This record gives sequence, C-alpha cells and structure tokens, in this order.
Amino acid sequence: MFNPFTTHHSSDMNWALNNPNPEGKEPRTTTQSSDFYHLSAKDSPQKSRKIDFWRSGLMGFAKMQHSVAVKMNNGNNNDQVGNKKGSTFIQEHRALLPKGLILWTIIVGFISRGIYQWMDDTSKVRREEVLVSMCDQRARMLQDQFSVSVNHVHALAILVSTFHYHKNPSAIDQGTFADYTARTAFERPLLSGVAYAEKVVNAEREMFESQHNWVIKTMDTGEPSPVRDEYAPVIFSQDSVSYLESLDMMSGEEDRENILRARETGKAVLTSPFRLLASHHLGVVLTFPVYKASLPRNPTVQERIAATAGYLGGAFDVESLVENLLGQLAGNQAIVVHVYDITNASDPLVMYGNQDEEGDTSLYHESKLDFGDPFRKHKMICRYLQKAPIPLNVLTTVPLFFAIGFLVGYILYGAAVHIVKVEDDFHEMQELKVRAEAADVAKSQFLATVSHEIRTPMNGILGMLAMLLDTELSSTQRDYAQTAQVCGKALIALINEVLDRAKIEAGKLELESVPFDIRSILDDVLSLFSEESRNKGIELAVFVSDKVPEIVKGDSGRFRQIIINLVGNSVKFTEKGHIFVKVHLAEQSKDGAESKPALNGGVASEDITAASKPSSYNTLSGYEAADGRNSWDSFKHLVSSEELLTSSEFDASSNVRLMVSIEDTGIGIPLTAQGRVFMPFMQADSSTSRTYGGTGIGLSISKCLVELMRGQISFVSRPRVGSTFWFTAVFERCDKFSLKKPTVENLPSSFRGMRAIVVDAKPVRAAVTRYHMKRLGISVDVMTSLRTAVSTASGRNGSPLPSGTTKLDMILVEKDSWISTEDIDAEIRQMNSRTNGNVHRKTPKLALFATNITNSEFDRAKSAGFADTVIMKPLRASMIGACLQQVLELRKARQQHPEGSSPATLKSLLTGKKILVVDDNMVNRRVAAGALKKFGAEVVCAESGQVALGLLQIPHSFDACFMDIQMPQMDGFEATRQIRMMEKEAKEKTKLEWHLPILAMTADVIHATYEECLKSGMDGYVSKPFEEENLYKSVAKSFKANPISDSSCSQS
Amino acid sequence: MQRQVALIKQSLFDQGYLDEQFMELEELQDDVNPNFVEEVATLYFKDSARLINSIDQALERGSFDFNRLDNYMHQFKGSSTSIGASKVKTECTMFREYCRMGNAEGCLRTFQQVKKEHATLRKKLEHYFQLARQAGPKETARRSK
Repeated sequence: MFNPFTTHHSSDMNWALNNPNPEGKEPRTTTQSSDFYHLSAKDSPQKSRKIDFWRSGLMGFAKMQHSVAVKMNNGNNNDQVGNKKGSTFIQEHRALLPKGLILWTIIVGFISRGIYQWMDDTSKVRREEVLVSMCDQRARMLQDQFSVSVNHVHALAILVSTFHYHKNPSAIDQGTFADYTARTAFERPLLSGVAYAEKVVNAEREMFESQHNWVIKTMDTGEPSPVRDEYAPVIFSQDSVSYLESLDMMSGEEDRENILRARETGKAVLTSPFRLLASHHLGVVLTFPVYKASLPRNPTVQERIAATAGYLGGAFDVESLVENLLGQLAGNQAIVVHVYDITNASDPLVMYGNQDEEGDTSLYHESKLDFGDPFRKHKMICRYLQKAPIPLNVLTTVPLFFAIGFLVGYILYGAAVHIVKVEDDFHEMQELKVRAEAADVAKSQFLATVSHEIRTPMNGILGMLAMLLDTELSSTQRDYAQTAQVCGKALIALINEVLDRAKIEAGKLELESVPFDIRSILDDVLSLFSEESRNKGIELAVFVSDKVPEIVKGDSGRFRQIIINLVGNSVKFTEKGHIFVKVHLAEQSKDGAESKPALNGGVASEDITAASKPSSYNTLSGYEAADGRNSWDSFKHLVSSEELLTSSEFDASSNVRLMVSIEDTGIGIPLTAQGRVFMPFMQADSSTSRTYGGTGIGLSISKCLVELMRGQISFVSRPRVGSTFWFTAVFERCDKFSLKKPTVENLPSSFRGMRAIVVDAKPVRAAVTRYHMKRLGISVDVMTSLRTAVSTASGRNGSPLPSGTTKLDMILVEKDSWISTEDIDAEIRQMNSRTNGNVHRKTPKLALFATNITNSEFDRAKSAGFADTVIMKPLRASMIGACLQQVLELRKARQQHPEGSSPATLKSLLTGKKILVVDDNMVNRRVAAGALKKFGAEVVCAESGQVALGLLQIPHSFDACFMDIQMPQMDGFEATRQIRMMEKEAKEKTKLEWHLPILAMTADVIHATYEECLKSGMDGYVSKPFEEENLYKSVAKSFKANPISDSSCSQS
Repeated sequence: MQRQVALIKQSLFDQGYLDEQFMELEELQDDVNPNFVEEVATLYFKDSARLINSIDQALERGSFDFNRLDNYMHQFKGSSTSIGASKVKTECTMFREYCRMGNAEGCLRTFQQVKKEHATLRKKLEHYFQLARQAGPKETARRSK
C-alpha cells in the first residue's frame, strides 16, 4: 500500500501472527533481514544499510498506520492467536519502536518542510504577479508618455517646416519658437527641451553665418567649427536648452549619426544613452528630420537627403523625468526599476536606474519598451527593493505542525512502550501464576502420594501390633504394645485426614450415592462416643425430626465422617453438660428459629445472659448453650409442628436438604479465633493443640465435604458457654424399599402399639427419649413428675392418661427426676408389689435412664424396683429395644403369661409338629433345632442330604423339613428334587398324596435363589439366622394346606 | 453382678462383636433349655476350631484349593452367623471374597484376621459366660420365688 516493502511487511506480519512459538520469532526476523542485507550488499554496503534502515523504519511506520488492519487479522486468526498465548504485535516488534519514533519525527519534519515550501511558493507567485503587473504598468506608462512626446516633436517638426520654410519670410524666429515650445512643454513630459538645427552645406556657410551674425561652433569646445561638408547649427531652441544655439549638432558623434539616420528614414530616432551636456544626466536625444518640400510617395534615401531642411531634436532627460513619472505611481518605494538600451544585445546600456541599487536579485521582471525607433531596442527590468520577508503565518503554522506531529509520535511511542511493558508484566505474572498453581497441585499430589505411601507400611505396623497383642505378653509389654498401637492409630487417622484433604484439593474426591438410613448412622456415631461421654458424664443425645425421610441417597461414609468429626470435637472440648445432635429439614428450621437471630458470640448475647441469668436453661442438660435455637423455646416449635403437620406437606422435589446441628456446652471458641476455624491446620488457639491434641484439619475437611454435598457449614460459639456447629447437606430422596442390604438395623417390631410414660423434667431430653421410643413403635406420654406418673400408673387417683387410655406397658424414668424426688422409692415398691400380687392386671415395667450411675445409686434403684433394667445413655433405639426386650421377656417368662405376640402364634403353628432339620453345620443345626423346639416342635436333625433322604423314606411321620441349601455332596436343591421324586413314585404306587413342606434355609435371600428354590420343588424359604416374623410367615404359608388346631393357649 | 453382666453384654454389642442374632439365641433360652446359649457357643467354638484346623492344614499345604477353602469358610460363616458373631462373620465374608477372586495372599491375611477375631470373641464370651454363671443362681433364685 505504501511501497514495495509493505507487502513484504504484511506477509511478515501474518507470519508473526500465525507463529505459535513467539520465542522462535526473533531469530527468524534477523535471518530475514540479513538475507536482505546480503542481496543488497552486492551493490554497496552503504546503500544497503540505508535501505535496511528505511525498511525497518517503514515497517514500523506501517505498523503504526495499520493497527486496524492488524486487528482485523487478529479477528480472522482467532484460534491461532489463542495458540501463541497473547504475545501481541507490538511486543513482537519492540526493537523497532525507537526507530519508529525517529522515522516518524523525520517524516513529520519532511511534511513540515513541504508545507513551508508550498506556502512559500504561493507567496512567491503572488509576489511575482504583483511585480509583473507593476513592471508592465510602468513600462506601458513610460512608453505612452514617450510616444506622446515623440508625436509632439513630430508635430513641432511639421510646424517648423510649415511656418519656417513654406512662409517667406519665415513666420518663426527664435523668440516665437522659444515661446511656443515653452508653452507646449506639458505636451512633452519626457523632453527637457527641443531645438531646431538647420541643414547647412559648406557652400552656404558664409551666407548663413552672415545672415545670423554668428559662426557655427562645435559642441564640445564651443569654438568656431572647422570646415566640413555639412553643418547642422541650432537656430531655434527652447529656453531650457538655449545654450545649444549656434552649436553644430553634427559635431557630436552621437548626434551626427542620429541626424544621418533620421533624414534617411524620415522617422524619429534615438541616440544611445549618454551624459547630457548641461545636466550631465543620462539621457537620449531624439532627432526628427524636417523636409523642405513635400516628398514623393515612397521616397528613396537620396530623395530624402536632398529634401532635408533641418532637424528637430529633443533631449530626453531620462533619469530625472522617468523618476518624476514613476514617483507618481503607487508602490514606488517597493521596487527598483532599470531601463536598458539593448540595441547591442551583448552590452546593454543603462538608461535609467542606479546601478548600485541592486534590490532583490532573486526575482525580476523584464518588460519590453518600444519607443518608436525600430533601430533601437529597450527594456525595463523591475526588481523588489527588499528581499521577500517570510510570512508570519508560515512562521507559526509550520513549527506548530511539527510540534504537534512530534508530540503525537511521542505519545504513540510512549503508549507502545507502555503496552509492551504492561504485557511483559502480564506474561510474567501469568507465568508466575501457572508456576504457583503447579506448585500447589504438586503439593497436593505430594501429600497424597506420601500419605498413601505412609499408610501402607503403617497398616503393616498396626496389624503386627494387633497380632502381638494377641500373644502372651507381660503386662509391661502389653502396655508398651498398646501404647504403640494407639499412637499408630492416631497417626493413621491423621494421615487419612491429610489424604482426604489433599484428595479434596486435587478434586479427586467424589461422593458416592447409595441409600442409607440416617438414624442408624447417627446411632452408630453416638455409640462410638458413648464410652467417652459416659466417662466424662456428658449427656450425648440425638434427635431426628420425623419429617426427615428414613432412607436417603448420598454418601453415607462422608456424612458419617462429618458428624464424627464435629461430635468428636464437641466431646473433646466438653467437660460437663451435653452434646446434642439434631437433624431436621432445612426448611423446617426457618419457621422455628427465624424468630431468634443467631448471635454469633456477640457482645449483645453476653449482655442478655448477664442480665437475666437463669439458674437453669431449657437445654438438654440444663447447661447454657451458645445458640438459643436448640433451647426448648424453639425446639418445641419443631416438635409440635411435627405433630401438627405430619405428612400434609409432602415435598415433591427429589432432593431433601437436611440441617444437622451439633450443640455442645464445651469451652467454646475464642472470638478472635472464630474467623479461621475452617482454615486447614488452624486451631482456635495454639495452646489448644497442646491441651487437646489434634491437627485442626478435621473442620476444614468437613467444610470441603459439606460443600461437596451442596451444603454450608457454620457455627455459633461463645467462649466458656459452648458451641453449636450446624451444616446443611443435600441428599436425594429415596424409596424406602430400595435399600436391599440390611444396613438398617432391624429394630425389633415387638413393641408396636405399646404405651409408655417418660418421666423427665427437661422437655428437650424428654423429646429425645420420645423420638427413640417412637422409632420402636411405642407411644409416649411425658410427665414431669415421677410422683404423678406413679400415681397414674397405679391407678390410685383413677385419672386416665393424657391420651385417654389406661393401658400402660412401661414407665421410663430419667435418673435426675428420680433422684430429685424424695420418698418415692416406697411408693414405687408398693406399686410393684401390688401389681405383683394382682396377676390379672398387667403392670407397667419400670426402667431408669442414666448417663452414669454410681454403685450406691444402682443399689438404691434396685431396691426401689428399677431392678429390671437401667438403660445407659446415650440413648439409641436399638439399645433401648434390646434392654426393654430383656425386661419384657423376663417378665413374660416369669409370669408364664404370653401375650398375643408373634411367638405365641408361631407356637400355635408348630406345637406338636415333627420337623426335620437338615444342615451340615453343627452349630446351625443346633440353633435351628433350639429355635424350633422353643415353639413346641419335635425336631429331628440330619447332617446331610443322604441322611435326610434315608429318614424321609415313605412313609414317614415328618410334618415339615427345613433344608440347608449349600451342603457338601448333596445340596439342598438336589435333596429336595430327590424327595419330590420319591413322593411321586409313592403316589403312583399307593395312590396316596404325599407332600412334605420343604423350606430352604439360606443366608442370602436374593430373588434368584428363591426362584431356584421353587424350581426344585421347595415350598419356601426362611432366612438364616431365624427371625421370628419371617419364620412365622413362611411356615404359615406352607402349613396353610393343613391348618392345625389352636390348642396352644391351653398348653404351656 | 447382674448389672455387670448386662454391661459386658452391652459393650460386646457396642463394639460390634455380637449382633441381634445373639439376642435371638438368648430368647431361645428358657427353663427347658437353661444353658442353651452357652451350649450353642461351646458347640460353635468346638466346630469352628475344627474348621480352622482344616483350613490351616489346607493353607499349609501351599496349594490353594479355593473351592475347598470356600466350602470350609461357608460352614464357618454359617456357624458364625447363627451365633451372631458379627465380626467373625465379616471376616469370613471377606475371606470368601478373596477365595472367589483367587487372591491367596488376601486369603492368608484375612484368615489371620478370622483367627484373631475368633480368639477375641472366644475370650470375651468365655468371660461373659463365666460371669453369667456366677450371676445366674441369683436369677434362678428369684425365679423360684
């Protein structure tokens, strides 16, 4: 676009843009330019250098001018630009920037010069035009005036010829002539004076001289003229030239020639300029012939000479007269005028003008002058007096332009330099960032690897230690080994945490999604800490809202980890009081807790508590808790709302957001440390790790895990009062029956429909107890006083239970309530003994809840009638179930009064039946036999399929057969097939139908197995180990064909 | 004493040595079969000792007959399930896993684990039964009342 280099440049530029490797750019450019250098170096090194400079300069320039084009290019080659990591064009060519600036300055300089030139030219042209017009004007005027003068001289000549020669006697004498010429001098502005000389031949001299009374004198000396052929003495003269009278005009060389030429041509002729006689001014003499008689047409020269009578002459005092004339014109001072006689072209004679006054020689104008004499040539040359001044606007415009241009260039340069610098910094930072990130990843990787590597040998160490502990060790050795094991376990726990953390950071941790039972997980966690909490005397309790689905889908392991971590922290930092884990839907907490804003350890909360410090708080253990939300005030909302809206608002969405809060009454977190609790390796206080141990990594892992579960974690804490951590997590809703594996602890179902009274003064704790009982299917009434409960139970005051029924199965008493109630033991004893005597009246059983119990208290409890059981906290549904079962079962055994529960029904089914149990496993056989015997069946055992076949030879007396499936030699399926075959044969032979119900005993109750059971001719299966309900169902189904008489009630 | 027994039992449950099946067994115990649980347990330990012995021999032979091992272990596992020895059962399951995969090393390792758990359980149960026997007379005395 600019020059041949531009194309080269643009291709170069494209190449630069497409080049994915910016580092490779530099050498390539230099080779290119050096190629160029070689090519041109053949001519001459100097030239090539110059060209090289220009080339680079032009490139730089083109770069500046074509940034737009570059941008377009950028747009087109977006992907390629992306490849080369944003090193821009300016950066590629940073070396050219100073050159670009210099070139730009030079170019601006040239442009300025051009502008100057142009402006100067314009002014010159205008000046010249002015000069030309002035010069021409002067020349024309001079010429006009001259010709006017000549014309008048002509007229004068005619006057002389008319009145001097044609009149006789002459009408003109000197006086007349002088007078006339003086009066008509204004007609001849350029002539200083006129005179008339008569032609006198030598022959007539005497006569002439005598006639005029003077002798003819010569011009230069004034002496009487020597003898010549011809004379031209002046006879008439104007007064201004009266000194010419009697002078012979032909005596002067100039004049003589003039006279001769004039009479030959008959026209006015001029002399070359010379110094005039009187004034010594430069001047010319005009000579005009006067003829005696009228000439013929086209007269010859001879005729002219002959007819000549005299000569009229006039002197042009050019110097003064022209000066006079020019003085009248405008702008006279500005120009210098010269008039030359150029008859002899090689030697122009100055007619007018000061030769010294040169004026401005650079500019002049020539005008031709025609004074009417064809022989002579004249010209006028005009010059300006002074040199042309440089115009003001040029003086201001050009430097201004240059300055602006330079500034623009400098600004561009500065911008480009700045861009380069910023981009350099940017690249540097980018690199640093990449390196930092790489270092971070490497760190995590390292941690993960190292942790893993440490874990493997640690497992070995721990395993070996465990085995060592199983061997015979002295007590000291055992102690050492146990210590080592504890240390090792702590170490591996720490490593696991670090590994977790590293995994999370590396983004490698993925949550699995399996169905699990939240309640059982929480029970598990509680049981982990039960021992520690019991030792410390802390109440540990869990409460799960009814609205929380039984089964949800999520990562149970990680969920568990979070809770273990938080509860573990709480247990670690709590010395007295309680730890309370509460789970409910996140939506639920809004209605209940919104009324009370969370007070995050603020001063305000301190003030409130200080102002109204109650002796006991409505919390689980009566100690103050950091967060008011778990106190009874808000907790009862939760409980009551549950009762009101049971399943009315069924959330249709597939996700459920759970909120778990863990409240403790521990030492709390110092206000200053609260901000960095979730930061890895940060503990609340450096002294904390010394006192309590731990790495402080747990909470940060928990935070990560919670975030992975799309939840949040936060806490409220007040120093010396306690902390409440809470987190939310999102799980999928899950069908209750999708849980195939029996990870759900099977809570015993035998309690359904029972009623109980819980005696507890603390509503929160009562609610927790109620929650666990509810899971067992026991409906609970809470009473705050044991006395009321006892009186209600014994029916003394006849007041019905709040629920309106009088049926009561058990009374569960919180230890605190029992201890605090004085003199109640006797009443309890009384109640117990009374009910013991009354066999027909079903009496409620008593149980005591306690976190820890001393021996003396235990003895007292036993004596009071709580001997049945003491249920140790923390409460778990399964444990309560087990304990209560013990209590109820014991009672049942003692009273021989089976209730209408399932064992009785099973008993009715099985009593008196003869059953064959086939199992190769001795223990299993014994257990199965024991179970069946318990229900009144007569059991025969067989340890293999063959033995069973032998026993089952028709006819036999067995009512049913329980068959293990997996047995050596002959498995259950094969045995069953053979039995069925035997029955078939027997049928054909004896026409008697035999069908022995055969039930498979199997541990894996998957569908495929069941199908196979049926295929081989079995009637059903029971899962091993025996479970009453299951057993009953299967047996009832198989025995449907031949129902037995219900004689069991009267038996026993 | 009764309480101590209950506590020990509770701790066995808490620590996962036993599961509900043991409770079922205890339910089976009545006047007709006053020592049913202990009887079964003794039977179990006798049987399992035999099985462990067999497996030991099978393993010592060096050639891994995984089918055979699996069979043994199936029996072992069955017994353990019946008695409610949940930890032993878990280890047995793992052993069978390894058998199925043919992982001899895993088998050996788990077998050690099985033996260990088995021994622990035996120790604990014996202790428990001993205590229970001591506490037992009281119970019976009350019953006879």
